[in-house]
Order: sequence, then C-alpha cells, then structure tokens
Amino acid sequence: MTPSMNAIVPMACVAAAGIAAMVAEAFREPGERMPIAGLGVVGLLGAAFATVLLWNHNASSFGVVSADNFGLFVTGTLIIVGLLSLGISGPTVEREKLPAGEYYALMLFATAGMMLMATATDLLVIFLALEVMSLAVYVLTGIRRDSPASSEAAFKYFLLGAFASAFFLYGIAFTYGLAGATRLDRIASLMAGQAASPTPMIYLALGLLIVGFGFKVAAVPFHMWTPDAYEGAPPAVTAFMSTGVKAAAFAAFVRVFLSAFEPLRGHWSEAIWMLAAATMILGTVVGVVQSNVKRMLAYSSIGHGGYLLVALVSGNDFGKGAVLFYLLTYAITNIGAFGVIALLETPDRKNDQVSDYAGLWNERPGLAALMTIFLLSLGGFPPMAGFIAKWYVFSAAVKAGYTGLAIIGVLTSVISVFFYLRIVVMMYMTPTDTPVQCPAIPKIAGLTLIVSAILIVYLGILPTRVLDWAAASISSIF
Amino acid sequence: MGSEALAFYAFGAVAIAASLLVIAQRNPIYSVLLLIASFGALSGLYVLLDAPFVAVIQIIVYAGAIMVLFLFVVMLLNAPHEETEYDERVHPLLRPGPMRFGACLALVLAIELWWALARGVDTGAFPGGAVTSVAVIGRSLFTDYAFAFEVTSILILVAMVGAVVLARRDDPRERRKPGER
Amino acid sequence: MVTLNHYLILSAILFAIGTAGVFVRRNLITILLSIEIMLNAVNLTFVAFGRALGSADGQIIVFFVMTVAAAEAAVGLAIVISLFRHKESLNPDSFASLKW
Repeated sequence: MTPSMNAIVPMACVAAAGIAAMVAEAFREPGERMPIAGLGVVGLLGAAFATVLLWNHNASSFGVVSADNFGLFVTGTLIIVGLLSLGISGPTVEREKLPAGEYYALMLFATAGMMLMATATDLLVIFLALEVMSLAVYVLTGIRRDSPASSEAAFKYFLLGAFASAFFLYGIAFTYGLAGATRLDRIASLMAGQAASPTPMIYLALGLLIVGFGFKVAAVPFHMWTPDAYEGAPPAVTAFMSTGVKAAAFAAFVRVFLSAFEPLRGHWSEAIWMLAAATMILGTVVGVVQSNVKRMLAYSSIGHGGYLLVALVSGNDFGKGAVLFYLLTYAITNIGAFGVIALLETPDRKNDQVSDYAGLWNERPGLAALMTIFLLSLGGFPPMAGFIAKWYVFSAAVKAGYTGLAIIGVLTSVISVFFYLRIVVMMYMTPTDTPVQCPAIPKIAGLTLIVSAILIVYLGILPTRVLDWAAASISSIF
Repeated sequence: MGSEALAFYAFGAVAIAASLLVIAQRNPIYSVLLLIASFGALSGLYVLLDAPFVAVIQIIVYAGAIMVLFLFVVMLLNAPHEETEYDERVHPLLRPGPMRFGACLALVLAIELWWALARGVDTGAFPGGAVTSVAVIGRSLFTDYAFAFEVTSILILVAMVGAVVLARRDDPRERRKPGER
Repeated sequence: MVTLNHYLILSAILFAIGTAGVFVRRNLITILLSIEIMLNAVNLTFVAFGRALGSADGQIIVFFVMTVAAAEAAVGLAIVISLFRHKESLNPDSFASLKW
C-alpha cells in the first residue's frame, strides 16, 4: 500500500523552504547578506504551482488530509498571505536586527501549519496543525527580544492560546468518546444518527470546540489577547498573524462545523449567532475610541471576524462561498494596512498613533494613497474588494433568514467607516508642523503594497472569476 | 468496595489534592514538585485503565522531562519567586474585565460539566479486551497515525527553534561572532 | 464498581482545577503548570474513553498530546525567560500597552 502523497505537496513545499531557510542561516557568515526570504518565495511559488495542479482533483493523503477545492482555495489565500508577508518583512527584519533565518523559517513553518489546518479532515491533525501554527506565531510575536512590549504580548498570546488549546482538546476528547474516532466523516455519520435527541455530552463537545475556535478567530468574548498581541508584535508579524491565523482557523471552523457537526446545526447556530453579533458590535464600538492605529486595526480585525461568523452561521452555499471570498479580500487588505504601518516605523519612533498620520499626504503621497485604498476596502466602500465581500456576507445572511444579523452587520459597518475615515482625513486634511519622518521605502516592500492595492481594486471591480472559484470550492465537500 | 475501586479513589484523591495544592502554593518549586505527585497518581490511574504504556510514558516524559524543564527554569529565574506586581501586570486575565469573564467562564464550565456528566447514561463497567500491548500501539502509531507523527516532527522543530530564538542570551543588536551558534 | 463516568468526573474536576489556576494565580510559572494540569485532565479523558471503546486510539492520542505539551512548555518557558530579562530594567510607570 503506497498512500498518495499528492494532497500534502503544497504544505511540504513550504515546510521544506522553512528547513532550507534554517540551513541557510546556519551556513551564513556573520555579516553576510543572504536572500533568505527568497527561499520562502520559491517554496510558496512551488506550493502555488502544486495547488493549481491539484485543483478539481480531490486528492487525499493518509485519509487525514484532503486537498479538496475548499482547502485549496484557502491554501491559495495562505500562499498570498505568505508572499505578501515575506514582501513586507524585509524592512522590519533589517531595522530591528531580527535573526533573519529564524524569522523566515518560523513564518514558513507557521504557513505550512495553516495550510494543514485548512486541509486536514481529522480533529487530531487539525489540533497538531493548530499547534504548529500557534507556536511559531507566539515566537514571532516575541521575537523582538529587546522590547518588553513584544515579550509581554508574546506571553499573553501564548497563555490564552495554550488555554484555548486545552479547551479545544477537551472538546476533541468528548467527540472521540462519542464517535470512537477523530475523523470528520466518521463523526458526521455518528452525529447524523444522534441529531434528533442529542445527549448532554454532545453539547459539551460542541461548547468546548466553539470556545477553542472562538479564541483562535478572536471572537468576542474570547478576544482579549488580540489588541495586546497585535500591538506588541512587529507590524510585519501582525500583518501575517491577523490574516493567516484567522484564515486557517476559519477554514477549520467551517470544515468542522459545516461537515462533521452539520446535522446538529439547529443546536449550535444560536451560539454562533450570539458570538457573531457580540463580535461585530464590540469590535466596532471599542475600535472607535482607540487612538493607536494598531489597536484600532486589531479591533477592526475582531469586527471582521464577526462578519465571517455571520457567513458561517448562514451556512448556505452563498454563505460558504462568502467566507472564502471574504477571507481572501480581508487577508490582502489587512496585510496592506499593516504593511504601511511597518514602513512608517522608525528605530526611534513607532509612529503608530492616529495623530502621527497627520500630513502624510504631503510627505509621502504614495504611502498615503495606498493606505487610503486599504482603509476604504476595510470599511467596505465600493469599488474596493471589501465592499463586494461584505455585500456577499450580508446577502447570504438575509437569504438564510438571519435578517437581524445582517442589520447589525450593516450598522456596525457604517460605524466602522468613522474610524477608517478618521485616518484618511488625518492624512489628507490635517496640517502639521512636525510631519512624520519615515525612512526610505525599500523597493520590494513598496512593490508588495502596490500589488496588494491592485489586487484589492481588481477584486472589487471584476470579482466574478474569483467568486466562481469560491463557489466551485464549496460544492466539493459539503 | 473492591480493591480496584479503593485504588481508584486513592489515586483520584491524591491527584485532586496535589493539583489543588499546586495552584495554592506561593512557591513555584513546591508547585512543580506537587505536580509531579499529581502526575504519579495519574499514572496509577492509567494502570487501572489497562494502559501500562501510557502510565510509563507519563512518568518518563511528564515527570521526568517536562517537569525537570520547569524546575530548571524556576531555578534559573532565581526562585523561589513570590508573586510580584510585575506578574500581576503581565497577567492578562487579572484586569477587571477578563477577571469577571473568567469567573463566568469557570462557572459555566463547572455547571456544564456537572450537568452533562451527571445526566450522561450510566456507562457501566468497562468491557473486556483492553489494548495493553505496546506492539499494537506501535503498529497503529506508525501506520494509521504516520502522518500525525510526521507533523509532530515539524512541531518539535518549531518549538526548538522558537525556544532558542527567545531564550538565547546574546544581544540581537550585536552581530554574531564566528563559530558562535 | 468504577465506571467510565467516574473517570470522566475525575478528569472534569482536574480540568476545572487547572482552569481556576490560570485565573487565580499570578505567578507565571504556576499559570503554565495550571495549563499542564488541564492537558493532563484531557489525557485522562482520552485514555478512559479509549478503554471504554476498547481501542488503542485513545492511548495514541495521549502520546501526541504529550508531545504538544512538551513543545508548549518549551516555548512557554522560553517566553517567560525573555520576559524576566526585562524585569529589572522596567519602569512601572511606562506601561501604556495594557489598556483594556
């Protein structure tokens, strides 16, 4: 018996690139410059190639990894996240004198873990993938060892992450006890038989799994680590973790709840409904009062998690496609926004207060224009991609009969426009005597941001093709 | 009461008491040592559950490796270390909001667990035919669980790189000297 | 007679103790130990279910959980060490990062 390896090729490429980065660092002479990030780009491009080849083939490896179109779409999103994150990491690594080999290796291992999380069809493997991803991201959060804020952020993130993992694992234990297996298809067949009269233990398993996933996707009330971790981490890492972790966790969330626990939907949809509403409201309302741009974007990303939960709870085909499209646009947009923050940081000043953005248009018109595109897309203005994504989510909710959630979503989007526009107004219209002194923009990082902006506008104006892909993805597994 | 039940209650009581003392101690060294006692009791429970392999691994890996790692760190940080304002400040759950939330969560958890387990069907005695053979476990580990096993290798690699990056003593602002690793 | 429920309730108690420990303790090391208690409670659940189901899967999963626990402990302790490096040099008035 030779099991097929096809389904794991994308993540194997990325993991191999991570190992290559470590080896390269080991052989690097002190002071020698080495394009270690280039190794990551090669690995990610290999993964992208494999993803394209695997599309529509429903490959499956070892019975626990399934490269169906759903997983591949998320894998593609993660490859984009990885490429953009590598692109904007250069200035941060240089400026902070971070250990380049370890930094890129951990980022690539985390990406491999995310890909596995998105394609795994076994709760144990999902858990292991989650741990690979989380451990790497905790370390990346604390990688600025000379910064107390970075270490504290890492500890908080680690503590709450490990705490959530224990809950998640306890949920897996009860699921295993009920179903006698950790494979999602076996769980689904058991749950289908139990749907009429679920035992208390099923509720327990569901509740514990929701808590575990809730922490990972930063749903209210499990969000308290988010602002601190996002603020304390280097901005390039924040860009990576605010998008990649969320995409991978949502992919697993959707897969577990809409395939294995689909028969019990009537029993968990209300809990998710409340999480979604609370997440959207708190993310927006608390975001309004923030004066630090990173914290503001952290609450904004919590709010966006709420919109994704709306799509999850809708659960119809429209909603599943909306999750995928939303993840893609949110990932590109958020990386862009944090990329701008990363470029504005100097060794002496973080420049992360809203007031630091005053007069940016006069100093750096290019950066200001890019930031405007990202913020408008986050706020959901047409013709940016964020508008289409939100529109899809809300129409999915209305179609599924969740009009209340759709109304909350629209209202919170309108409120959130306030804090996005605040920065835009600051950049264009507020004169200042002390304009922000930002260093020269490295070519690669600038190019990365321009590519993100082009992708956002493209997805906003001509979304049909990608939406078709998203629609094709969901038909394969559910 | 049979001898098995007697052993269960004895080990269970030790596990609970030791765990409670772990979180009641102010001195982390005592906490670590008490946790080893708790793990020893758990290991006894695994023997009662016909899982001798897990019982042995529990002692070797948990008590022997992980707890020793904890002890090393406690010593390294110049323990015994009483609670300080620093800990309080760093702890994210002690601010009023999270604290209240935590209390609610713990309460909900306790009620949920009690309700679910008390109303659970009476499971009766364990069936015969427990898997005690290490050979069976090993075969399954390297066939059915081969992929998960490979994933753990990446996991350990990440943990290793991460621990070295974070705990390394040299200043990252200095260039590394040749030969230093 | 000792049944599956006995073990499940015992592990639930241990899990609750671990959860409480994370919330009530302020000592960083003790918090990490509390998380270890939680993971061990889960392990007991896995072994008990595996025994009740008559399969080896429960024991094998415990093996993976232990690996994860070891990896988590290594990274967690490394973070604690890097935190303590800053401890002496910190000015307690400059903590702006801890807003709610």
